[in-house]
Amino acid sequence: MSAPAAPSHLTARERARRAARGGASRSAPAPLLAPALVAVAFLVLPLAGLLIRAPWSSLGAALTGSDATQALVLSLWTASASTVISLVIGVPLAWVLARGSFPGQRLLRALVTLPLVLPPVVGGVALLLAFGRTGFLGRYLDSWFGLTIPFTPIAVVMAETFVAMPFLIITVEGALRSADPGFEEAAATLGATRMTVFRRVTMPLIAPSLGAGAVLCWARALGEFGATITFAGSFPGRTETMPIAVYYALETDPDAAIALSLVLLLVSVVVLVLLRDRWLRGGSAP
Amino acid sequence: MTHEGSGGLLVDAQVRRGEFTLAVALAAAPGQVVGVLGPNGAGKSTLLSALAGLTPVAAGRIVLAGQVIDDAGTGEFVEAAGRPVGFVFQNYRLFPHLSVAQNVAFSPRARGLGRRAAEAAASQWLDRLGLTDLADRKPGNLSGGQAQRVALARALAGQPALLLLDEPLSALDAGTRLDVQAELGRHLSDFAGPCLLVTHDPLEALVLADMLLVLEDGRIVQEGTPAQVARQPGTDYVAKLVGLNLYAGHADGSEVALAGGGALVIPDHGRRGDVFVAVRPSAVVVSSARPGASSARNTWPARIAGLTMLADRVRLDLDGQPPALVDVTPAAVAELSLSPGSQVWLTAKATDLDVYPRADSQPR
Repeated sequence: MSAPAAPSHLTARERARRAARGGASRSAPAPLLAPALVAVAFLVLPLAGLLIRAPWSSLGAALTGSDATQALVLSLWTASASTVISLVIGVPLAWVLARGSFPGQRLLRALVTLPLVLPPVVGGVALLLAFGRTGFLGRYLDSWFGLTIPFTPIAVVMAETFVAMPFLIITVEGALRSADPGFEEAAATLGATRMTVFRRVTMPLIAPSLGAGAVLCWARALGEFGATITFAGSFPGRTETMPIAVYYALETDPDAAIALSLVLLLVSVVVLVLLRDRWLRGGSAP
Repeated sequence: MTHEGSGGLLVDAQVRRGEFTLAVALAAAPGQVVGVLGPNGAGKSTLLSALAGLTPVAAGRIVLAGQVIDDAGTGEFVEAAGRPVGFVFQNYRLFPHLSVAQNVAFSPRARGLGRRAAEAAASQWLDRLGLTDLADRKPGNLSGGQAQRVALARALAGQPALLLLDEPLSALDAGTRLDVQAELGRHLSDFAGPCLLVTHDPLEALVLADMLLVLEDGRIVQEGTPAQVARQPGTDYVAKLVGLNLYAGHADGSEVALAGGGALVIPDHGRRGDVFVAVRPSAVVVSSARPGASSARNTWPARIAGLTMLADRVRLDLDGQPPALVDVTPAAVAELSLSPGSQVWLTAKATDLDVYPRADSQPR
């Protein structure tokens, strides 16, 4: 029989914590703690730098400069438009992926989620090759309807939708898969057609995930850079969104760049707060 | 026995779910409450699912109110949404995002009424089931008994021709169950169409049903009135539920040779062939020594395997030829110093044995 180890000291507070939560000591072992602190510093210090260097006194002026305002307005409406488009066409696709059963379904899901991992600039090139003036679709849009998409605000919306919609689709598809089919069965026995079930039962039940997916989609669209600059260019007031404006302003007007960055940072924080129930708690959504 | 064209339900079908096959033939008349009793996995829910149109039959057909709603032979099938069937699910499945009134109005609206008309129809049902005060509540804020009534109101509001209830009381605690059961009984007797009530609670089935079907392993093993089934159970499962000792054996006039060993003397009614013998646990007498001359015709030794305290008596689990469950008073346990392992003698009067033909030996 071996003897117990020499006693260490347990504060009253730690005693209470362990009694309340149960379990043994939860303090991190030293070999994990040090790298963890390095990671925190790496992630947080640059953001702190942004706050430290911010031209707080002239912030208002930097943001109301005509270029900055134009970029802000353009970004807000294009991100919102691409979110609406994603909802209108992405939610039905999520339903088909979650509930349908057809050959090639897995391939389709892979294709749909590809933009998540694709470098956005590649997406921009692809859009240009499809919808550009000489693209295989753009050619006909141009010759038949006189429509030219690249380097217009429409192109901005398309680039943002291309990159952001998969975020909405996978969020909604996941919610549809984990939703209790019992409610839909109950609705069917009450005489509801499949469309009524979708509208009055399925959608309301996954509303939290729908909201989260839409917020995520909007945030991703707002921050879109690579696909947008490739497909839509950077014409101030027309296609120059906030991230692109930040990129150019960094050389010409660093204060404006920092001010715009702060706005994007603030938006990100708000998005996190909106999504906190789903992600920051870890584990699955309620 | 046919109710075709008379508003009744007629089922003669097989339903497959994976490896499991349910094969049933049943007829239910309008106004009749058919209790479906059986252990878990017997196919009770599968039966309801097929009737509601959530699972198509693999063979045979279902006719409701004179109309074929599923026929594997011809391929005819009425989708769940098109069937006049009210379904009260086991956990009620009330829509959590809708108020009580909206839940009840769901079916009238889905079946084509406008919003106002549906709300009016719903409020009638709310009134009828005493739910008017709860109309604006969300299902999350209801007690079990209230949720059960809302589920019933929601199912009835669609004016179904067939009502299905899947373990309607199993989600309730014991305290409210009896009240809700009595109330459910009143509402079921108001319902004009046939009603199927799935349960594994024998009391619920005895109180609420006019007719009982016992399902085991996907087939009907017994059917009859609740009184018949309770008095003359056809399987060990039912015998256990209703608390009877049940022995299968072969009768030869005044004696039954039991399949599990041993024999019992029965009143001689000239019965021959395969029979069941049912004995109430309170009809068996326990003695600590071999009884002397007595009018009881059956006497056999047994060993106590276990004792269980019931409400006001003690149930002895006895090993012997045959084994038996016997109820005695706590005082008897003390006086005879009964404990696990004790050797005792059991006696039972021949007239206390209920002997009836065994279903398996009859052509079905």
